[in-house]
Amino acid sequence: MAMLSFERKYRVRGGTLIGGDLFDFWVGPFYVGFFGITTVFFSLVGTAMILWGAAMGPTWNPWQINIAPPDISNGLKMAPMLAGGLWQVITVCALGAFVSWALREVEICRKLGMGLHVPVAFGFAIFAYFTLQIIRPVLMGSWGHAFPYGIYSHLDWVSNTGYQYLHFHYNPAHMIAVTLFFATTLSLSLHGALVLSATNPGNGQVVKTPEHEDTFFRDSIGYSVGTLGIHRLGLFLALAAVWFSALCIVISGPFWTRGWPEWWGWWLNMPIWGR
Amino acid sequence: MAEYQNLFTTVQPTGPASMGVPLPPEDAERIGPPFFSHLAGRLGNAQIGPIYLGWLGLASLILGTLAFNIIGFNMLAQVDWNPIQLIRQLFWLALDPPAPKYGLSIAPLNDGGWWQITGFMLTLSVLLWWVRMYRRATQLGLGHHVAWAFAAAIWLFLVCGFFRPVLMGSWAESVPFGIFPHLDWTAAISLRYGNLFYNPFHALSIVFLYGSVLLFAMHGATILAVGRYGGEREIEQIIDRGTASERAGLFWRWTMGYNATMESVHRWAWWFAVLCPLVGGIGILLTGTVVDNWYLWSVKHHVVPSYPAMWVPTIDPALLGVKP
Repeated sequence: MAMLSFERKYRVRGGTLIGGDLFDFWVGPFYVGFFGITTVFFSLVGTAMILWGAAMGPTWNPWQINIAPPDISNGLKMAPMLAGGLWQVITVCALGAFVSWALREVEICRKLGMGLHVPVAFGFAIFAYFTLQIIRPVLMGSWGHAFPYGIYSHLDWVSNTGYQYLHFHYNPAHMIAVTLFFATTLSLSLHGALVLSATNPGNGQVVKTPEHEDTFFRDSIGYSVGTLGIHRLGLFLALAAVWFSALCIVISGPFWTRGWPEWWGWWLNMPIWGR
Repeated sequence: MAEYQNLFTTVQPTGPASMGVPLPPEDAERIGPPFFSHLAGRLGNAQIGPIYLGWLGLASLILGTLAFNIIGFNMLAQVDWNPIQLIRQLFWLALDPPAPKYGLSIAPLNDGGWWQITGFMLTLSVLLWWVRMYRRATQLGLGHHVAWAFAAAIWLFLVCGFFRPVLMGSWAESVPFGIFPHLDWTAAISLRYGNLFYNPFHALSIVFLYGSVLLFAMHGATILAVGRYGGEREIEQIIDRGTASERAGLFWRWTMGYNATMESVHRWAWWFAVLCPLVGGIGILLTGTVVDNWYLWSVKHHVVPSYPAMWVPTIDPALLGVKP
């Protein structure tokens, strides 16, 4: 029994969303549940499809394995297995596994008497994936606009898609998203460092208090958001980064088809500037 | 579903402002009488101020303000001192580094000299701010984790604007000051050196950037989810584990088979956030100095397939010693 010293009293029955006691048990440290079973199912099928695609492909080099979506000319139809059909099956499996994982987290939250913040946050990530692979390709009329599954091939997709809009850094939603990514990482470093600095003050010194934490940031920058506030701030920044990432790609193509630097013309041509 | 989710503070009790933990006698007085902002109190602490200025902070702020104003006045001069056009063209305007012909020498003021002065002042300002962060932690008896994390960011800043230009032998290699211009620099260095996506250190840096966002989403959400058990009292939970830590840990243990502790999650956070600029700086430092084309480097190391040769190869004029 892989259980922590205090774990037994937390391992209670119930809290499931579906199926009552069915699958309401643990394997080692893992909770199973109905959605654990569906997660395993989708993961195994999806991974098997990737391995099959790799076996049919030209290489077993892990950096170069590539499962591409159907050709753009295929539109939104089902494709033959080795011409994008595998990609379609894998995408369905991925979404099935992600959603199952989120619902399994909900069940665990309910067992532990916790809020649903983690599965909701994970939902933002699933939404971003859904936007990239389903919403945008559907709006543009072909699965071929989605990204391929492969380590370097998905980087090539990002690069190529970016240059289709000439210079993606000029996409205003991308600018906001990158700013939020950097702001989240900055906040994380400050939060992690602050807690470590209070609890690891050096040899022979006593552990400090939240009052020291607040004082340190007030002394430094005049404001301390506080122990509760930093976790709200971090969560909001992280989710906003994901949200604007989804936004910046879904407007590229369905909304704006020219170079992003050109988009800024409205600002330069506003009537208020006079002449 | 309408129950309280701990996303905002709904009731804000007010009391006397906290003046902070007492400082050692050699320190100056804190300045700025504290006040309360209702809006800030919705998210976190309502109290704003006081602040410790000190001569380190004062010198850093003066140098930073000077740098900011030199950039602004250079931009203003470029639009013929027309403030309306400054606002209109603000995102396009730049204070550019010197042209390649000046190498590492001092350039005329209006041909990169102002950029050199600004860069010097900004660097000094940032370094003084680093000393200030280190000093503030010392004076409160805290560890220096914030200062060392800040040092990782300064490393990337110095690689882009100092170390790499020096290794390349020209200030022209460094980043211009300006919104769109610095984005143009980013795109240009990527294209010039065979696409930065093929730079493994760039890839690692992005992994740590996305990883940091993932970690903060996981950590922030977990702490809020155990807020009803006092989960945000992290220092107390680290030295005397309570039910908030136990539930938070078990959540991840049952979800993915592994959990950090209330303390170690902050070590994960610190390292992910610090490694992002640390490995990113290594990647930029190698670009153009050690590796001329990351795509060809990746072909050589068998991580990407090569394109079939369809034309007679062109020799890069830069390799023949031609200066732009």
